[in-house]
Parts: sequence; structure tokens; C-alpha cells
Amino acid sequence: MQTVKMVITGPYSSGKTEFISSISEIDVVKTEREVTTKAEREVKDQTTVAMDFGRITVDDDLVLYLFGTPGQRRFDFMWEILAEGMLGFVVMVDSAKPETFREAKSILETFRAYAPTPYVVAANKQDHPDAWQTDDMRVALRIDEDVKLLPCVAKDKESVKNVLLELLYSILEEMES
Amino acid sequence: MQGNLRDVSLTQVLNIINLSRKTGTLVLYEAKKTGQMEKVNAEQERERIEAGAERAHIVFKEGKLVHARIGEQDGNLVTVLNKSGKLTDGQAKIIRERTKNVNDKAIALKLIGANYVTQKDIINSIQQYTMDIVYNMSSWKQEPFRFQDNVMPTVERIMVPIDLKNVIIELSRREEMLTELNNFLPDLDRPLKFPPDLKQKFQGVHLSVEEWRVVSYVDPKNTIRQIAKASNMSDVEIRRVVYGLVQAGLVQVVEPAAGSALQNSSGRRARPRPKSSNVQADVVNRLISKIKSM
Ligand SMILES: Nc1nc2c(ncn2[C@@H]2O[C@H](COP(=O)(O)OP(=O)(O)O)[C@@H](O)[C@H]2O)c(=O)[nH]1
Ligand SMILES: [Mg+2]
Repeated sequence: MQTVKMVITGPYSSGKTEFISSISEIDVVKTEREVTTKAEREVKDQTTVAMDFGRITVDDDLVLYLFGTPGQRRFDFMWEILAEGMLGFVVMVDSAKPETFREAKSILETFRAYAPTPYVVAANKQDHPDAWQTDDMRVALRIDEDVKLLPCVAKDKESVKNVLLELLYSILEEMES
Repeated sequence: MQGNLRDVSLTQVLNIINLSRKTGTLVLYEAKKTGQMEKVNAEQERERIEAGAERAHIVFKEGKLVHARIGEQDGNLVTVLNKSGKLTDGQAKIIRERTKNVNDKAIALKLIGANYVTQKDIINSIQQYTMDIVYNMSSWKQEPFRFQDNVMPTVERIMVPIDLKNVIIELSRREEMLTELNNFLPDLDRPLKFPPDLKQKFQGVHLSVEEWRVVSYVDPKNTIRQIAKASNMSDVEIRRVVYGLVQAGLVQVVEPAAGSALQNSSGRRARPRPKSSNVQADVVNRLISKIKSM
């Protein structure tokens, strides 16, 4: 049996867990709870390497795994391991939180440096009243014209499907070129 | 489009408005400290800022700056001409008394007819007034803002369109933004390149001597550091000039190829790059059909 993987990355609270939950056939292993107090956070950081994980079974001999990256930058070393052999990656950005755009761009660049695989940017939470338009986000995030920046609502399965399909089309395109 | 100037600078906001040719009003609010903390990311917190009273309005038409108003100033024509020295205080006072409830356009016609000012005086004064308001915002660093699509001023004002590219360059010149500059250009060992539609972009742009010097060195073979050295500029100066040129869309920083320079520039240990997958197109096609069917 062959397994392939894709990585779903992005800043804290951009919607990675939601995205994976919407499409995964198994309950997502949610390891990253909302942490409230500093003490709790410290305990949590020691005990868990937070990572979301979802699965899509294609047929008897093909399975796709979706990995969400841990939010804490101190687990960057995990990113590299996750990036190993990935088909491609999705960078989730909270469209209503411009304060996270810089972080999103920095995560994007880090992953791009890990592996030269195709990627797409998902402008998530487009249903939010304060969501930025994708064109404006492209400028703010300085995303090249040839990179797909897709509107997304992670709670909506169709929207998640669309993002994954667009990524797969890009992967296919690169194979053919 | 909404946010806070802490996260998206005014030059960036203007750049977006310029590129997407927006029409509407950018409202900037007083930064009201809440005393409460908010998460920036998983590890950092900062004080949450709320939008207070409206502090300034900047109006755009199809990506051009057409009007700006700050605080209590209502920016009527007489005030504008008084400020630019085209009308003395005494003249302004008399005209104000005589023209209560007369709109700016009618006042303009009267003033031109009476040879007080020329049409050119009016246009220049309005442009200068508008730009000065925007330039004075270069020190604003934490004001909440919101762009209201298609909202125009309710009071009739004479609107003189101003190309945002020059405003952006000038604003970057004035902005004291060393940290921002460092974030923007952490790596001076990258070359610069021109955008594709070069000729169009450079039309009507006024560059300073330093900017011209940098522009004249733009070449894939020259890194920013080399350009700085050749033109006798400090790191700070070159960053500021490059920032302004990039924000105005006149040059681009060449991004490092995937897997190359970035690891070093961000202080990461250079490690062998993970191999990319080498799956077959057949696998991707099966994934596509599966996801479509879900
Ligand atoms: N309105 C809206 N909320 C979303 C969307 N996606 C995620 N959220 C919410 O945003 C918060 C953070 O999402 P989560 O998936 O935990 O983010 P993560 O930290 O990236 O894993 C949760 O409260 C989600 O319910 C979306 O598309 N629209
Ligand atoms: Mg999560």
C-alpha cells in the first residue's frame, strides 16, 4: 500500500484543525486545545508535540494523510520532518486577522525552503464579516501572481475539497511540465 | 479591508488601494488601549487596541487619492487656500462670511472670476493640503483602520486626483521604520529586478537622486549590498530606498530559489533539504477523483 501526504500549515488559529476535520474520514487527532493560562501552556508544551492528523482512503492501496503543523515555532524541527516527502502544502491564513499576515508569509517561506513542492494559499474564514478580499491579501502577503490564493471556509467541506483539488491540479501540472 | 497600522503599514494600505484601484473612504480611528491582552501567535501576547473616535478620512477614486480630512478640520476650500498662502487671513475671514452655505465649487468659480486666485492655484493648494495630511500620518503606527468601499464624502469638495505612487514613495521617505525595513529586507544579499510592465510603471514618477542611483544598478548580477556599496549608502539608507521603490511597484526583490538562501538568512542550521516526493501522475489523478467524489 502506498501512502502520500500533504501538509496543512499556517499561523495559530488560522483554521488548520478545522480544515482537516472537514475532510478527514477519521476523527482528527486534535492535540492543540485552546490554552488559557500561562501555567497550563507550560505544562502543555512539555507534554505534547501538538499535531493534527487526518486521513483519506482512496482505495485498497492508496491513502492520503493530512498533517497540520504545530503552531508553536519551537516545534519547527517537526516541520522539516513533516515536509519530508510531502506532495504539496496548503498555507492557511485567517483573512480577518491581518495581524497574522506577516507570520503566515514567514511560515510560507520556511516551507518553501524545505521542499520545492507545489503549494496553495487558502484565504480562510471568508465567511467572516471582517474578511479581507483575496486580491488585497495577495498584495499584503506579497504572493506572486502564479501562486494560487483561494478563498476558503474551512468549516465547509466543499470549500476544503476545492482547495485540495486546486493543489492537486498544481501538482499534476508540475509533473507534466 | 480592516486592520491596524501595527500590522499593515499605511504605505502598504495605500499600495493595495493603488493596485486594486479602489474607490471609497479609508477611515482611521484613535487607538484605544484596552488593558487586555491578545494573542499574536501561540507564544506572544500584546495589548489589544480598539477603534476609538474617528481620527482621519482619506478618500480614493479608482485608486487615486482625492481628498483627506483630519480631526476637526473640515478642509473647505477657503481654509485650504489660506493655508497655502493664496489667501491672507483677512481675505479668508471676509470670504467665509460672504459665502456661508455656498459650496466649494461655486466659491472657486467666484474667486477665479474675481482674480483672487487662478485655477492652477486652487488645484495645487488642494493637492498639497491633501498630501500633507497623508504625510503627517507617517508617524501613525497603531491606529485601527477600515476601508469603506464606495463611500464618498457627504459634503461637496473639489477633488483633485493624486497619483498614489508618488505619495507612497514620499511617505516611505518620511516614515521612520527601521524595524519594518529590517523585516522587509532581512537579507541584503539578494538582487533587484524590474517588474514586467516597466515603462508604464515609471511614467510620471519623480525619483530622488538616490533612488535613480539604485534604479540604475538594478540587475540580477548586483545584490542590494553591492548596490549600497557602489552608491555609498548605509544599510539603513539602502533599505529605505529599496522599500519605497518596491512599495511603489517600481522594482522587485528577487526571492531566493526554493531551498537556497533562506535557511541561512533566517539563522537556521543548513541541513540537507528533504527530498520531494516522486509519486506518479496516476496517484495524483486517483486522489483527484476520490476528493471530487467525497
Ligand atoms: N468563521 C469561521 N471560523 C473558522 C473557520 N475556520 C476555522 N474557524 C474557527 O477559527 C478558530 C481556530 O480554528 P482552528 O482550526 O483551531 O485553527 P488552528 O490553530 O489553525 O488549528 C476555531 O474557533 C474555528 O472554529 C472558517 O472558515 N470560518
Ligand atoms: Mg489546530
